[in-house]
Amino acid sequence: MTSTEVVFVVLSAVGSIGAFRLVTSKNVVHAALYLVLTLSMVGAAYLVLAAGFLAWVQVLIYVGAIVVLLLFSLMLTKAPIGREALDNQQRGWAALVGAGVLAGLVFLIQNAFGSAPRIQIQPATTSEVGASVFANFVLPFEVVSVLLLAALVGAVVIARRDERP
Amino acid sequence: MSHGLLLTAGQSFVDGWFNSLWVVVIAKAIIVLVFVLVAPLGVGYMEHKVLAHMQHRLGPMYAGRFHGWAQLLADGVKFVQKEDIVPSAADSGVFSLAPAVVLVPYIAIFVVIPFGKTVWAVNLDVGIFYVLAITSVSIIGIMMAGWASANKFSLIGALRAAAQLIAYELPLILAAAAVVMQAGTLSLVGIADAQHAFWYVLTQPIAFFVFMVAAIAELTRPPFDMPIADSEIIFGAFTEYTGLKFAFFLLAEYAGIVAFSAIASVLFLGGYQPILGLHIIPGFFWMSAKVGALSFFIIWLRATFPRLREDQLQRFAWVVLIPLALADIMVTGVIKVLVK
Repeated sequence: MTSTEVVFVVLSAVGSIGAFRLVTSKNVVHAALYLVLTLSMVGAAYLVLAAGFLAWVQVLIYVGAIVVLLLFSLMLTKAPIGREALDNQQRGWAALVGAGVLAGLVFLIQNAFGSAPRIQIQPATTSEVGASVFANFVLPFEVVSVLLLAALVGAVVIARRDERP
Repeated sequence: MSHGLLLTAGQSFVDGWFNSLWVVVIAKAIIVLVFVLVAPLGVGYMEHKVLAHMQHRLGPMYAGRFHGWAQLLADGVKFVQKEDIVPSAADSGVFSLAPAVVLVPYIAIFVVIPFGKTVWAVNLDVGIFYVLAITSVSIIGIMMAGWASANKFSLIGALRAAAQLIAYELPLILAAAAVVMQAGTLSLVGIADAQHAFWYVLTQPIAFFVFMVAAIAELTRPPFDMPIADSEIIFGAFTEYTGLKFAFFLLAEYAGIVAFSAIASVLFLGGYQPILGLHIIPGFFWMSAKVGALSFFIIWLRATFPRLREDQLQRFAWVVLIPLALADIMVTGVIKVLVK
């Protein structure tokens, strides 16, 4: 194994342990903190795969924004302070969804990299990523921004109290 | 390996000293760590003295004999001696981990900040993006501290801090984006190099204003110190902390002042570029002077403005700063295309 592979295996192991503790943890805030560990390890794996820009996007969006929002809403609603447990007893459904996602990902990755790799992995600088997005993938990019705008407008509509009596 | 892994460019001054990659990495880590532990002490002492003189006091005068220069060292010794208390209702693991989660991102920022043409640890291809991504991690530490303390004041403080940091992260990133568009690079060394003719504060004054306001709010410094409002919620998320753990939070605050001053210097004040072509004085001193001046400015605001109310604070971010930053980006984009 090369040193890169060793680092990758270590990161994957730590991330997997974090993911396991995430679903077995009795305390919902602990679960969110294990999610931070797992997502950071995914970001570090991107770094090892020479996708630096993607790695920091992972940190900024998943660790810095999504987990913070998750923690924020947990603490604003009913996260117990201290060591009390909070468990929503939905393990069956969660297992079902998890198995479905796993099956889908295994199929897709097998399809893409199965016997002969169809995708060439190569390190890309940020300027190459930017040029690719804005030269070849402008339409998907714009569609995604319209989707986000719709979500934003929806959030405003839901959050807004009707002033009229 | 390091090239594929981090996409760095150029030669730092440390690279010339040693041949082995690992020795260079360790030497850089030691230099960054020593800087992060020393520079905040300077800013802390400056805060003591500047605030005191602005309030017609003398401030510390005895520790170390000469104008109390050793006051913060004495404070450090005192913090070490204090009992390390963990409240019995607290979640001790999360409680103890929180100070480190707050401090480590601020240490990590200094890895990419250039103090001269060759004085930096890593010239990351995505420098400013890395800085903005990694600062958002320290919010998690504050929320951990507030929740694990099992104290309602801590929890309210943490929630206020999180709401404030979410609100002001957006203008911070948008203001930096305007500079990145003008410079045409994300690398902090590249942005500083691009300002050899003129500083970006001349072409991006609005972005500079938005960035400084958002940075002070990110640091939860006055006038944006609602999360630690002492008259309402004692000391916010840090209420239950004592001894060294509390000292860690203080160190993180001062390291944060130095870090954001340094980033603002690089983005808007030309970083290590000299004033009036005075190349005789090395870039390291210019950069340090600019960081010191901006740190002084941040401390000055504490003595000047009263605390903003929570609703004023949120309204200011969403209604004033974000539209201003977006308009600035639009104008920058149009001018960039026209000039090209």
